[in-house]
Amino acid sequence: MAKLKVALYWAASCGGCDIGFLEIGEKLLKLIEVADVVFWPVAMDVKYKDVEAMPDRSIDVCIFNGAIRSSEQEHLAKILREKSKVMIAYGACAYGGGIPGLANMYNREMIMERAYLETPSTINPGKIMPQTSYQSPEGELTLPKLFDTVKTLSQTVKVEYIIPGCPPEERTTWMALEALIEGKLPPVGTVITDNIKAVCDDCPRKRDVKKVKKFYRTYEIISDPEICLLEQGIICAGIATRGGCGSPCPQANMPCTGCYGPVNDVIDQGAHFMNAVASVIDSNEPEEIEKILEDVRDPAGTFYRYNLPDSILRRARV
Amino acid sequence: MKKISIDPITRLEGHGKIEIFLNDEGTVENSYFQVPELRGFEKFSEGRLAEDMPQITQRICGVCPEAHHLASTKTLDALFHVTPTSTAKKIRELLYSSFYVTDHTTHFYILGGPDFIMGPEAPAAERNIIGVIGKVGLELAGAVINIRKKNHHVISMIGGRAVHPVFGQPGGISKGIDEEERREIEQIAKDSLEFAKLSLKVFDDIVLKNKEYVDMIVSDAYTHKTYYMGMVDGNNKVNFYDGKVRVVDPDGKEFAKFEPKDYLEHIAEHVEPWSYIKFPYLKKIGWKGFVDGKDSGVFRVAPLARLNAADGMATLLAQEEYEKMYTILGGKPVHHTLAMHWARLIELVYAAERMLELAQDPEITGTNVRHIPSAVPDEGVGIVEAPRGTLIHHYITDEYGVIKKANLIVATVHNGAAVNMSINKAARALIQPSKEITEGLLNRIEMAWRPYDLCLACASHNLPGHPALPMYVYNNKREIIKSWE
Amino acid sequence: MSFEPKILGILCNWCSYSGADLAGTSRKKYPANIRIMRVMCSGRVDPVFILKAMESGADGVLVLGCHPGDCHYSEGNYKTIRRMTMLQKLTDQMGIESDRIRLDWVSASEGDNFSAIIRDMTEKIKKLGPFPRNGGNNG
Ligand code: SF4
Ligand code: SF4
Ligand code: SF4
Ligand code: FES
Repeated sequence: MAKLKVALYWAASCGGCDIGFLEIGEKLLKLIEVADVVFWPVAMDVKYKDVEAMPDRSIDVCIFNGAIRSSEQEHLAKILREKSKVMIAYGACAYGGGIPGLANMYNREMIMERAYLETPSTINPGKIMPQTSYQSPEGELTLPKLFDTVKTLSQTVKVEYIIPGCPPEERTTWMALEALIEGKLPPVGTVITDNIKAVCDDCPRKRDVKKVKKFYRTYEIISDPEICLLEQGIICAGIATRGGCGSPCPQANMPCTGCYGPVNDVIDQGAHFMNAVASVIDSNEPEEIEKILEDVRDPAGTFYRYNLPDSILRRARV
Repeated sequence: MKKISIDPITRLEGHGKIEIFLNDEGTVENSYFQVPELRGFEKFSEGRLAEDMPQITQRICGVCPEAHHLASTKTLDALFHVTPTSTAKKIRELLYSSFYVTDHTTHFYILGGPDFIMGPEAPAAERNIIGVIGKVGLELAGAVINIRKKNHHVISMIGGRAVHPVFGQPGGISKGIDEEERREIEQIAKDSLEFAKLSLKVFDDIVLKNKEYVDMIVSDAYTHKTYYMGMVDGNNKVNFYDGKVRVVDPDGKEFAKFEPKDYLEHIAEHVEPWSYIKFPYLKKIGWKGFVDGKDSGVFRVAPLARLNAADGMATLLAQEEYEKMYTILGGKPVHHTLAMHWARLIELVYAAERMLELAQDPEITGTNVRHIPSAVPDEGVGIVEAPRGTLIHHYITDEYGVIKKANLIVATVHNGAAVNMSINKAARALIQPSKEITEGLLNRIEMAWRPYDLCLACASHNLPGHPALPMYVYNNKREIIKSWE
Repeated sequence: MSFEPKILGILCNWCSYSGADLAGTSRKKYPANIRIMRVMCSGRVDPVFILKAMESGADGVLVLGCHPGDCHYSEGNYKTIRRMTMLQKLTDQMGIESDRIRLDWVSASEGDNFSAIIRDMTEKIKKLGPFPRNGGNNG
């Protein structure tokens, strides 16, 4: 059998997905036995020109991380799509927009103003802003234009599979690669993990009845390490998040923040999460409910931490 | 004038680029180091819960998430007016030391070091990890992989996850370590120390025993007399996790020493229209452009700067190596950019020694790992030394701990002006009308910025450290005469 | 032409829908801006319905249920209070004016009340203007 051709790429990403991918270590060698990595900017020296010159659909699988934040990233996503038979959104940024997707609470102008005019360390009396085209004495210098709204990969091009996580845990990456190597890819559209249920399913904490009169911020209490965090009033996304990570966060005494994205058949992780949290409130009195919810001070950042661009609303109206 | 358009696709190459313009005589007129993106963390942090910041801001960079996580956690200590327990403080520093071992190893052997280890004129195909393996031997290459793996294991054991840890909380950490874990970490610290010593030996054999290399290190093309900044402990020794920030002038004299909370008195940022990154400088001296010397506010950070800004290292072996470097390079401060690689290895030794010290500390298995804050949160600044330099987080919240304003000055950014200058100087020194612009020559220019270990994920608060920046050389007609992508 | 808001009314089958019916049969005047969707109980209303409606053309969403204590499934509308209070916090933060999303109670006999609510909501949304879909811009 001919070797598979694999490409890896990053767009608006932190680099953690590439680091995470490298952490699969020796298993990477197994991949290389059956696949040729034809493009991976972080580790090898192949030019974009070379990719552009490749025939359409000549790459078997493209593993793409990072959100789409500028016209160039969009452009490259489109090219890689044309060249690849299978496109995989790797990591929370490509999947749901990720943490950089929280920029959708604001817009480009607000972000630029904050960075270049407002921050207390900036001294900019001439109100200089970076320009997409600037005439220096020596010649033109250009910068790409940023989008107002961060987009996900599947809002940009057609995507066949998703590997969730910020970054995906080693076991998740490996599971997907194994399927790839063995040619046993699941049906198109599958989010690849080893647990289709919620994170709670992998979580060793004891669960009983969830009824709370008060929500606690993580810094306010020392929680019982044996009992479900949500039952203790700490908002935990495990209940509304796809499993497969092995629940490292609740095991480190911190709530899950939802990086594996929604569980099957849920179209809006935040709304689902919000519902789950609302349902543990132990009160029928509107005023009391209002009071209990006062402690939920950043619903957007809590419920849509990794997928605001992929939510129904996509962005705040600013 | 002829307008040159570069195929847009090549423009995408990497997440940063260098443009070099030549004049009529064929010598360098100017050069620019551009960072093409901005993610806006300072803005979208507004409205977030303070305690979520360690996990949010570390997504600035997946290469050094631990640095952001801890700078942010220390900012929370200040913001909530709570002192971490002694055990918590030590565990944080233990994780951080372990992280330094992996990060400096990665840079020396995989990212920045290869072209140095392989030599400037080595063919491009060899200036990578594969070439390094050929040169240093498979055994050492295996050790590189191993040491990174083991230390990643330490990070996930303590921090909860290997990439993007979750353990930081105001007043402490989310969980402690037990005796069994401690013993495992102690062994890994010992292995790390052996590995660090071995790396110094490699450096000694390949670089120091080769006169051509040493001459190159001290050559003028790679030298800039600037100020240096780094964090020091109570004895003015290098510290990565905690202390005061010290600045020395180009003669090595202390220029300033300040508490993190006073950073705004000392550091300001300048904006240029051609790059998304800002250029920090010493506020008391002012922005004088991309020039070095005592009258310019440009300063440098990262390994060499830290060593220059301190009086020594806090551990035995690292101190020995510190003295050795300054003796060989002719005293403090060392202005040679390429010595950054050496300084990095000395820090690798320190990180391993410190890791071992902490792993053997009787308090490290303590169970009191968190103080619950009781004061009303308001404002805090937290600083750590990231591998790539001083990292500053500054938040202001309302009384409920919701972020109202955030300011971040990240490590690579501090070196922005210096990187520009280093490229410019090397290009001016190396590009001559009579000489053909060869790959080797461009690589020598590239070597001027490699030591900074540019992490453009940090710089743009966006993009990952690309191992190579594309470089374009234009003639007087603004046509590209050479590109290096 | 003046702006005529589109409002989606999600009404519980037992009280509110009958209330609306009464308003209709007794020819109580209320603006024609509302499209009605019937659910068995307000407790069935998922925030996703509301967000979806807003993104697919509604300028406002009204959820009506039986008065607290009168829910035919006893607890359904308490659940609705909890969810809607939570949702409103989110939509406030997302820059959606609070007048666009409303939870209220209408019993089977309150045809007047039903008309009054619709009139009030329509007036308020008219002032706000159309809801900007897709965040209003995507540049
Ligand atoms: S998904 Fe997480 S780890 Fe991956 S690029 Fe985005 S922020 Fe980084
Ligand atoms: S809600 Fe969180 S703590 Fe509770 S069981 Fe689920 S994952 Fe574990
Ligand atoms: S527990 Fe939650 S936040 Fe942590 S890795 Fe799993 S899905 Fe991500
Ligand atoms: S049946 Fe009307 S609200 Fe439950």
